[in-house]
Amino acid sequence: MNPVNYLYLAALLFTIGATGVLIRRNAIVVFMCIELMLNACNLSLIAFSRMHGNLDGQIIAFFTMVVAAAEVVVGLAIIVSLFRTRHSASVDDAALMKL
Amino acid sequence: MTAMTGTSVLAAYTTSTGEAVQFWILGTIAVIGALCTVFMRKAVHSALCLAGTMIVLAVFYLANGAYFLGIVQIVVYTGAIMMLFLFVVMLVGVTAADSLKETIRGQRWLALLCGLGFGALLAGGIGNATLTEFEGLAAANSAGNIQGLAALLFGKYVFAFEITGALLITASVGAMVLTHRERTERAKTQKELAEERVRKGEYVPPLPAPGVYARHNAVDIAGLLPDGTPSELSVSATLRERGQIRDVSTEAIADLRALEQRSAERLERNPLEPRPRPGGSTELKRAEEAQQ
Repeated sequence: MNPVNYLYLAALLFTIGATGVLIRRNAIVVFMCIELMLNACNLSLIAFSRMHGNLDGQIIAFFTMVVAAAEVVVGLAIIVSLFRTRHSASVDDAALMKL
Repeated sequence: MTAMTGTSVLAAYTTSTGEAVQFWILGTIAVIGALCTVFMRKAVHSALCLAGTMIVLAVFYLANGAYFLGIVQIVVYTGAIMMLFLFVVMLVGVTAADSLKETIRGQRWLALLCGLGFGALLAGGIGNATLTEFEGLAAANSAGNIQGLAALLFGKYVFAFEITGALLITASVGAMVLTHRERTERAKTQKELAEERVRKGEYVPPLPAPGVYARHNAVDIAGLLPDGTPSELSVSATLRERGQIRDVSTEAIADLRALEQRSAERLERNPLEPRPRPGGSTELKRAEEAQQ
């Protein structure tokens, strides 16, 4: 099997995630699509790490995971506080910069 | 492929047929999961599909010699992050429907077009690459994957690692600040609430429990009064307001009737004729006769 296949899979998952961010209205699902994109990037980083025979790619993927965890914590907190004030998790309702 | 000579060779230079089979099967599952994440109507289903995709990706990490990250993927992503997602989905309301009305006309098709174009762009870029074989992680993982990662993390990337600490503490403080709500008034104590209830005189005794004498003990099923009518007081006010009370009173009474009939047959008693008796319903009369 060609190692490029892993990159194609990562590209496909990233594209699906990006399309999801554009299509969906529910803020939580939009967030999940962002997570999907981050995971796709991690897959390509790890495949690159194996292709080039060093562990730097895995370290970057590890940092991506840490940043994703921090991002999810803050993002979900924002969604919860938005839901408290607006009683909806739709991104269309949050068109104003104030709560 | 080069033969796996023991555990020290952790990743091969070219991939085996087994890995190709694994790739095509699990890759299909991952893509289906990703598509379901985007196109499922309910956020809960999306979250579960995404969790499946992430588990598949963890298997890919393991297959690519990233043993530590494969396990971290399962523990952190599917274990912590996806559960956090599910937690928020439950908090926000599972039944909250996603509005399917387009606010910008044709935005959905344009988005799909953009996605396709972007995918084509990425695929074109990858197609130009001349990558045919893996160098393999056998040398890098020779002292063990975790040891190799640790040497890099606390050596070359130690500064980034320390900044990560700052990021994490900022994120946790930020989440607490965002979800914290200052109380505008003092919470009433239990004693004050009890006094208030007695003073109002609306409903002094404790509220009836849900599900009592009904077929289930679920909280959304109203408890039945002795005459078989459901008592709305026994269901939480939120469910009452949402109209999510399940009424099983007719089923419960039918069950009771069937039970009585079965016991009458077993005790070889004649089926009871409902005789009119002043001051007692037929149900009560049956109970009295069963006691005799």
